[in-house]
Amino acid sequence: MNRHRSTAAILSVLFMGLGQLYNRQFMKGLILIAVEAAALVYFIPNLGKALWGVVTLGEKTQGLEKVGRIMVRVDGDHSVNLLISGLITLLVLAVFIIIYVMNIRDAYRNGKLRDQGVAAPDFQKTWAHVTDKNFPHLMLAIPALGVLFLTIMPIIFMIMLAFTNYASPNHIPPKSLVDWVGFETFANLLTLKTWSRTFFGVFSWTIIWAVIATVTTYFGGMLVALLIESKGVRFKKLWRTLFIIPYAIPQLISLLVMRNLFNGQFGPVNQYLGYFGLGKLPWLTDPFWAKVTVILVNMWVGIPVSMVLILGVLTAIPKDLYEAADVDGATGFQKFKIITVPFILFSTAPILIMQFAGNINNFNVIFLLTNGDPVKGDYQFAGSTDLLVTWLYKLTLNNSQFNMASAIGIVIFLIVASFSIWNYRRSRSFKEEDMIQ
Amino acid sequence: MKMGRKSASFVRLTLSYLVLIAIAVCAVYPALWVVLSSLRPGTSLFSTSLIPETFTLDHYKELFTNPSFRYGVWYLNTLKIATLTMIFSTILTTLSMYALSRFRFRGRKNTLTVMLVLGMFPGFMSMIAIFIFLLQLNLLDTHAALIIVYSAGSVLGGFVVKGFYDTIPRSLDEAARIDGASHLQVFIKIMLPLSRPMLTYVALTTFTGAWVDFIFAKLVLRSKENWTLAVGMWDLVNSYQNSNFTLFAAGAVLIAIPITLLFVFLQRFLVQGLTSGASKG
Repeated sequence: MNRHRSTAAILSVLFMGLGQLYNRQFMKGLILIAVEAAALVYFIPNLGKALWGVVTLGEKTQGLEKVGRIMVRVDGDHSVNLLISGLITLLVLAVFIIIYVMNIRDAYRNGKLRDQGVAAPDFQKTWAHVTDKNFPHLMLAIPALGVLFLTIMPIIFMIMLAFTNYASPNHIPPKSLVDWVGFETFANLLTLKTWSRTFFGVFSWTIIWAVIATVTTYFGGMLVALLIESKGVRFKKLWRTLFIIPYAIPQLISLLVMRNLFNGQFGPVNQYLGYFGLGKLPWLTDPFWAKVTVILVNMWVGIPVSMVLILGVLTAIPKDLYEAADVDGATGFQKFKIITVPFILFSTAPILIMQFAGNINNFNVIFLLTNGDPVKGDYQFAGSTDLLVTWLYKLTLNNSQFNMASAIGIVIFLIVASFSIWNYRRSRSFKEEDMIQ
Repeated sequence: MKMGRKSASFVRLTLSYLVLIAIAVCAVYPALWVVLSSLRPGTSLFSTSLIPETFTLDHYKELFTNPSFRYGVWYLNTLKIATLTMIFSTILTTLSMYALSRFRFRGRKNTLTVMLVLGMFPGFMSMIAIFIFLLQLNLLDTHAALIIVYSAGSVLGGFVVKGFYDTIPRSLDEAARIDGASHLQVFIKIMLPLSRPMLTYVALTTFTGAWVDFIFAKLVLRSKENWTLAVGMWDLVNSYQNSNFTLFAAGAVLIAIPITLLFVFLQRFLVQGLTSGASKG
């Protein structure tokens, strides 16, 4: 009795859409046939080349060849382009295989319906089914495609680069080829003196920076929020609006302005220090003071965000907690210590961890303010205030050390990911997201 | 006793106000300084006083008339890119996050985890790959490329939106479903009106994101008449910051004004967006 289902499924395996035609779903069948035809047109010339490109990264070097009696420059293989276009083709193939499997399952399912004596649904009914039962899939399809090609593909590419020797000066296409080298890049990063010194130096400053930056902005924000909300202070809305200004100005602008404010020679900050009879400080040119400047400016940028958050939490503290404490005769400080602080800490803990992770990758503050400078002599392409992420930027865009940059990118990812996943898994929204309904 | 308490609270209040004023000065000063600098005659960074003796609008005029800047064109470009990015991102993010929040389907938890993990790779690692991808699609030096990349990227940051939809009771849409509304109708007629604060938040953040991005825009936009403000600004900084500070200041003010005004006027929504993310973790 299962004649229809197996026939339809086998037909669909042979060529997409045949099973659907067999099930008398003509519209769907024709669309699927067109999809497979388009896929064949695309894959026949490309797939073999894609596989060859990803595996070998090209074989022919650019060089001079004798054509007749003159030497002619002949283009070699461009390893990086080969790698990316190969990746793209393979991803398209993955999408196609998913559609193919869905097509076979669909033919099987509708064949089964016919075995049970029901006609397979016509196109209108199918469409209604898709927009109803498969609504989430339909809604997620377009973003998923975008993410696949604009986020996942580049990330796979980056991970692959870490295992090649794609770096200046010897392996830059189209002049020369790039090869797979396994874990050599990671080994160099950790064992070659020039690289490892920079790596561990930049790494430890990144962690120190992230801790200090998170703590200062968080407690600064808490202090400001408590001041605004404290009893007797008036014009609360005015204060809040004034303090939100640093957050409202685009960082691109405010940080470049700060760079001028802290200018050692002509900047107003040093000018004012002069009025108080103090000497000028090398805000951006001395390694130590540059670090201080970055942290100060980051407080200016980051405190408003924490303030907004904590103001929101403060209004959510149930008033009866304070009333109960009043009945028990608690002093203002006791109420603060036993009710306010634990409540704030409890409800903002996940945000705190996310801010820490965000600070590890805080590109803007460092790049726009100091650009990683002042230069440090024994560092490889990095300065005293460089974070891993700005170092990575310099390695990629200024120094063409792509493989090393990718390896560092993977390290950054591992650090940030371990924090975030741990945080996410234990957060309420993941465990209890169905509780509210 | 009563007097002592009163004077103690007076001292405390005065101290609070002093600290608040000090912080307010720090918060506002850089903005005030750059606005006043942009109105100062001359080109130098150094000035003897904060408030200039005479005011001039010459630097603003120069931005729009000097042939080596195309400030007017850049402004329009940026407005176009930011607005379209805002529209597409908001539609994509709200629809997909609504689907993730409301429906239980196979692979849903994995989708959420993958989203989270992808968001943690440093962004410009992907720049080289996207660059070559755009090159192959012939989209380099077009505004469409920027809009597509920004909009596709915005979905990954949609956790706040999902958290927001999680808090809307499901009985609302179930009632509408019983009345025969389709999913899309439920979304448009019931969810959208309820999610106005969240829509504002997403729209605002995506708009500003596109407005200020200079790293990716600089990579993609090659010809000067296609530039956005942020790219032009970056160029202005690199070539004029030391020689013509007041011109830089005028450019900075013009870029910052729309964003700053939007933020200040919409701060209510911003606070809601930030805190709803906080309480949901």
